[in-house]
Amino acid sequence: MNKKPEIALSAPVADEVKKTTCYMCACRCGINVHITDGKVRYIEGNRDHPVNKGVLCGKGAAGIMQHYSPARLRAPMKRVGPRGSGEFEEISWDEALDIATGWLSKPRNTDPHKLAFFTGRDQSQSLTGMWAMQYGTPNFAAHGGFCSVNMAAGGLYTFGGAFWEFGDPDWEHTKYFMLFGVAEDHASNPIKIGIGKLKKRGAKVVSINPVRTGYNAVADEWVGIRPGTDGLFVGALIHELFRNQKIDLDYLVRYTNSPWLVIQDKGAADDGLFARGEDGNPQVWCTDKNGFADGTSADISPSLTGARILADGRTARPVFELMAERYLEDRYAPEAVAEATGIPAEQIVSIAAELANVAFEQEIVIDQEWTDWAGRKQDKMIGRPISMHAMRGISAHSNGFQTCRMIHILQIILGSIDCPGGFRYKPPYPKQAPPWLRPHGKDDQVKNNVPLGGPHLGFPLGPDHLLLDGDDKPSRIDKGFTWDAPMSAHGMMHMVINNAATKDPYGIDVLFMYMANMAWNSSMNVKGTIDHLTAKDDDGNYMIPKIIYSDAYYSEMVSYSDLILPDTTYLERWDCISMLDRPISEADVVADSIRYPVVEPDRDVRGFQEVLIDLGARLGLPAFTNKDGSPKFPGGYSDYMVNHERAPGIGPLAGWRGEDGKTDIRGPVNPNQLDKYIENGSFFTHHLKPEQAYFKHANKDYLDWAADMGFRENKLPTIFQLYCEPVQAFRLAAQGHGDRQPPETHRARVEKYFDPIPDWYPPFEEDMIDEGKYPLHAITQRPMHMYHSWGSQNAWLRQITAQNRLYIHTSVAKSIDAKDDDWVWLESHQGRVKCQIKTMEGVNPHTVWTWNAIGKRKGAWGLDDDAPESNQGFLLNHLISELLPEGGGGYRYSNSDPITGQAAWYDLRVSIEKADGDGATEPMFEPLGNKSQPASPEKMAYGKEFKPKVTS
Amino acid sequence: MTTLPQTTAKKLGLVIDLDICVGCQACATSCKEWNTSGHSAPLSDHDPYGADPSGAWLNRVHSYELGEGAEGRTVHFPRSCLHCEEPDCVTVCPTGASYKREEDGIVLVNPDTCIGCKLCSWACPYGAREYDYDDGVMKKCTLCVDRIYNETLAEEDREPACVRACPTGARAFGDLADPDSAVSKNVAAREGFDLLAEFGYKPTNKYLPPRKTTSAHVNPIPVLKSETVSKPNGSMADKLFAWADQKLSR
Amino acid sequence: MHPAYSVILFTTASGAGYGLLFWMSLGYAFGALPGGRLLALGAIIVALALITVGLLASMLHLGRPERALGSFSQWRSSWLSREGVAAVATYVPAGLLGLSLLFGYHNDIFHVIAAICAIFAAITVYCTGMIYGSLRTIRQWNKPLVPVFYLAASAASGAVLFGFLYSLFGHTTPVIEFLIALIITGAGVVKMVYWRQCAADKGQYTAEMATGLGAFGKVRPLDPPHTMPNFVMREMGYQVGRKHADKLRRLVLVCLFIVPAIAIALAALAGAAIFLLFAVALVSMGAGLIAERWLFFAEAEHVSMLFYGAERA
Repeated sequence: MNKKPEIALSAPVADEVKKTTCYMCACRCGINVHITDGKVRYIEGNRDHPVNKGVLCGKGAAGIMQHYSPARLRAPMKRVGPRGSGEFEEISWDEALDIATGWLSKPRNTDPHKLAFFTGRDQSQSLTGMWAMQYGTPNFAAHGGFCSVNMAAGGLYTFGGAFWEFGDPDWEHTKYFMLFGVAEDHASNPIKIGIGKLKKRGAKVVSINPVRTGYNAVADEWVGIRPGTDGLFVGALIHELFRNQKIDLDYLVRYTNSPWLVIQDKGAADDGLFARGEDGNPQVWCTDKNGFADGTSADISPSLTGARILADGRTARPVFELMAERYLEDRYAPEAVAEATGIPAEQIVSIAAELANVAFEQEIVIDQEWTDWAGRKQDKMIGRPISMHAMRGISAHSNGFQTCRMIHILQIILGSIDCPGGFRYKPPYPKQAPPWLRPHGKDDQVKNNVPLGGPHLGFPLGPDHLLLDGDDKPSRIDKGFTWDAPMSAHGMMHMVINNAATKDPYGIDVLFMYMANMAWNSSMNVKGTIDHLTAKDDDGNYMIPKIIYSDAYYSEMVSYSDLILPDTTYLERWDCISMLDRPISEADVVADSIRYPVVEPDRDVRGFQEVLIDLGARLGLPAFTNKDGSPKFPGGYSDYMVNHERAPGIGPLAGWRGEDGKTDIRGPVNPNQLDKYIENGSFFTHHLKPEQAYFKHANKDYLDWAADMGFRENKLPTIFQLYCEPVQAFRLAAQGHGDRQPPETHRARVEKYFDPIPDWYPPFEEDMIDEGKYPLHAITQRPMHMYHSWGSQNAWLRQITAQNRLYIHTSVAKSIDAKDDDWVWLESHQGRVKCQIKTMEGVNPHTVWTWNAIGKRKGAWGLDDDAPESNQGFLLNHLISELLPEGGGGYRYSNSDPITGQAAWYDLRVSIEKADGDGATEPMFEPLGNKSQPASPEKMAYGKEFKPKVTS
Repeated sequence: MTTLPQTTAKKLGLVIDLDICVGCQACATSCKEWNTSGHSAPLSDHDPYGADPSGAWLNRVHSYELGEGAEGRTVHFPRSCLHCEEPDCVTVCPTGASYKREEDGIVLVNPDTCIGCKLCSWACPYGAREYDYDDGVMKKCTLCVDRIYNETLAEEDREPACVRACPTGARAFGDLADPDSAVSKNVAAREGFDLLAEFGYKPTNKYLPPRKTTSAHVNPIPVLKSETVSKPNGSMADKLFAWADQKLSR
Repeated sequence: MHPAYSVILFTTASGAGYGLLFWMSLGYAFGALPGGRLLALGAIIVALALITVGLLASMLHLGRPERALGSFSQWRSSWLSREGVAAVATYVPAGLLGLSLLFGYHNDIFHVIAAICAIFAAITVYCTGMIYGSLRTIRQWNKPLVPVFYLAASAASGAVLFGFLYSLFGHTTPVIEFLIALIITGAGVVKMVYWRQCAADKGQYTAEMATGLGAFGKVRPLDPPHTMPNFVMREMGYQVGRKHADKLRRLVLVCLFIVPAIAIALAALAGAAIFLLFAVALVSMGAGLIAERWLFFAEAEHVSMLFYGAERA
């Protein structure tokens, strides 16, 4: 017998633990980083953190491999070969910053339009946006235009919030949870924690998704809908609820514009606008007083029904009637939508019945007094325990804005916004609906060497707010806030390279981008984008003359850039996840957080935000420069995080303000603020009082406090806009009213789709192509262990997924006589892709799908040329056009939502046929040069040196 | 050591809830992350950036489809060593490096005496043993033996890394020999089962089945009251408005 | 199962060596060994050389060959350990026998030692067979005929070697030759019965049992844990094409059994070209044995593959 082996049962994990914030995706969980000898031994979730409460997802736990990735950039570089060659020369930071300052100075001095500054994955938009304002260019946005602007705009215009990460289901109380489409992207761990809670509690989870994977796999009921028809499905649910009179009338009267009167005067310039009183406030009809009243005032009992004759003799009808009539139309009956959605009518009827039952028979009552916005005491909080969540599965369709609004209308008629068991806002939400923020960037707002007068992005209320200059020329390079996409609240980053290279609407001098892989998986029509990046004029100069790019890794985009500013990994940097941007609040908890450098970089790299602040000072941007011309934040980003004030007492960080560090949220600068954050695990929380917990849109205690804190413009409630008047304002312009009207190419389109009561219409691509030729929908999702995480360079994550296959329904495979691993051609109107299939049952039979962004170009991301990602992995992006097929009149509209400009990459239609033999994926691109990067190791034994020693 | 203990004082193990697991891979990567620097350090990786990446993983997540059509379902299925009561992986070991602990039933490999013959992996019907080609020894789930008794950790952290990480709470750790433990009670309540029970190794780890509902309904379908249901005809809106008026005027 | 060449070489070479040692010792024990002392010495050297090469090859299979000594400790439960112990133990009588032959020292006790040597050789081969035969995870191996065939193959290959060596000096007789042909035929019969048993055994375990999810319907893998093969898939998931396997089986039948048996029977009948015919038998059998052993691994299906797409095992 052998001696019993000794095991080091109690070896210390590491020398020290540093608590910071994860950045493996957009979720921003708290992490404990265990470090020995400056090297990361182990990363786990921080139990005290409001976001993840100790848990950590598959990405977060693989962070070590991201941090030590061989694809990390080493030092600043300037391009020495042609774009795409990957030939670079390493330079010093001094030289890099000199070059950047030189390139950026000229447009600022001569024409700020000539700079386009766009950021991809970024959690510092309050800084980058302010930098761009200070610079004075109108051309700034983040990547929301091809991400999920439909969700943001749809929600914010309707109820001053959005699914996204701005609200959550009330996981503690909800009894019925509906999940629409792909949702693994934002709020990764909170949704996982929440779904776990619901399942354990026996609450029902219903998923509406063409694909039964991930969260949909654990749903109690899977609704395998046909892509792009969610609006029909939701419309049918609304139809059923109206038909059965299962709606919360009280809630509608209290919190929504459903009693507001809408002018019914076809052909008039104000047809479809609200009937307003002399004070400009919308009017309602009060039955008890038998007269009109101000719809925004308290203590009225407005009627939801009945046409009323206005003082001028015209008719007006309440929103409620118009809305009910719309959804009670036969075309929204369950039987009518069954075929198009692929959902049996009985299933729709039964889901509607369940919704009605849970909302009205199983209401939740919390014995908590609260006061409404008008000061009326309420003795309890009554909840309709139904919650919903949706993200890009709804968003990335050309009917996404209206579909998103329909989901919110469903929530609202059930009375389930910010009530116990319903959807809950996370502060600083709710905002006003829509937020009181208008876009800036018209000619008269853009001046040499002068900051822009206001934010770039906002929420137009009508044609007057469009960013159009003389002759209706777009002010912005991406044509945001034009008739192409009037309500493009997040800009349209996906159009920038195309537009700049074709000088439409104008040419630029410098393209400055951060963390946006536009030369590969972040673009539709990859080949076209690469052509634009390398397009030259007659003199042999690049059409986009200068490209500055910052990234931490050797992505495909690096090769197409001229000046590379290498960023750090997330463990080497300062960051603030700010209340001014997208904080980490939970429904009951106001929270923000920081990252701080927990390990030292071993390369000559700098955090992008440090560099941006440095460049701000070098360029002399007022907010970054003292009066004497010296830098205002010599300490860099951490200096800015502490000392910048957006308004008196309001800075990037809300915690431990004031000299003594005892003031929450709003207070004077505290020089020791960051120490406090680090002591507290790198986050700050402020708990709401129980009386502020629900009905935040109309809760006096919350509204007063939120206005004081600067979260809201004033103490007025948020009134839910079931009827969206700004949309009607654009429609009126298309009908020939007002000074600013759409051009003839756009007139019919604006009139048709700008419906103030959301109406479903077929996604554009399927409406324009021959459905017989392209019978299938093609959609994508990221694997849960890679969502938002650049996983293919991660030695552990790519062992899980190094290749994607095209998942097709068993019946589709049968129809083309193909089996697993066979190669097929997938073709769209834009092009074709060769890939391998995997058959499955849990997919809508009219839909094929794949894991997105697994396919990589040879030469990028530190992968060998024979990596599966580059040889078998493929992108559907090659099939997705940034433009729709040519329609009547020869005009090609962008492949976007007509209202917000959201890229409609889920509208893709394809055909499938078996391919000969095997081989590799197509299209195949030339390998990118990567001589500037170190060779990747052939073996790894990470952690060998940490092996605990038996000490007996 | 090769002979199995007659009984073990405890039967430490995992309970995995297939009704909740969403397949996020947190258990797999957190396991890799902890153990590549722990008792089994390192868990080597081969060709990590090349054509054929592979490495030693002690925990993996499969996904399966069950049944067909809309009645079918997808299940995510994490698997690691089940710490069986009567496994041949221990008895076939020629050196005694593979052993089952008397005190808690954990099956371990002594990395200092394993000769890397792989026979134990052949004897495991679950494919739960993991040969490290670089290190030349067999590796396997240790149930984080270097965490669960680790006095340098906070008490609440003395659980396997996979359980510590799992975002949905689909994994639990405890003593399955104690009928009063939380895990045992949950197994009893949810009809937890053994993988490949027919094989007879008596796995300690248990799995909780998915709830038997897919497109069926968890709750009985509530029937809408017939008197409030109007016929789908042109008068639906009028009836709705009349109802609304009546309700609001009350 | 992945057919590792080190293991194929180990089992075939040492099997032949132990077979030769067995026949040679047996003959010696009963005083029935034809030929002189030097021939017997030569046979024992060849046998020990083959055994040693085989055992060294088996070390190549180990991740940590420097620790191989540890493998003698667990003979109570481990067939691999028993095999190691038996293999080493066999060197003792074989060595003594060899030494006595080398120095020409003879004593009656060596008849006993030779008998022990033969028994030890047989035990060692049986242990080798039981390393595989005891694994319930692989139904093609977990059959009583597996150790029987290991013994039979060892006996046959040892006998052919024996015959070949002795024919070099003209010491075989038609009786011996017929006996050898009979042993080969017997081994062939065992193999064919074994194959029939394998064909009849579709496996008692299913993917539904493995996952415990049969109540929900048929279980099909959607995504494997890794897109590229992991250790378990490489080691346990080796698959040989049906056509390829059938071809190899025919090759085994012809090379391992038919050609050697006929060649040696011919030698007995013709009484001429005996050495040449034994040489043909030996070469053919060597090739057949390697093919047989390769197939033995390649066709073996491991229960763990139920988690990776196998429907039954």
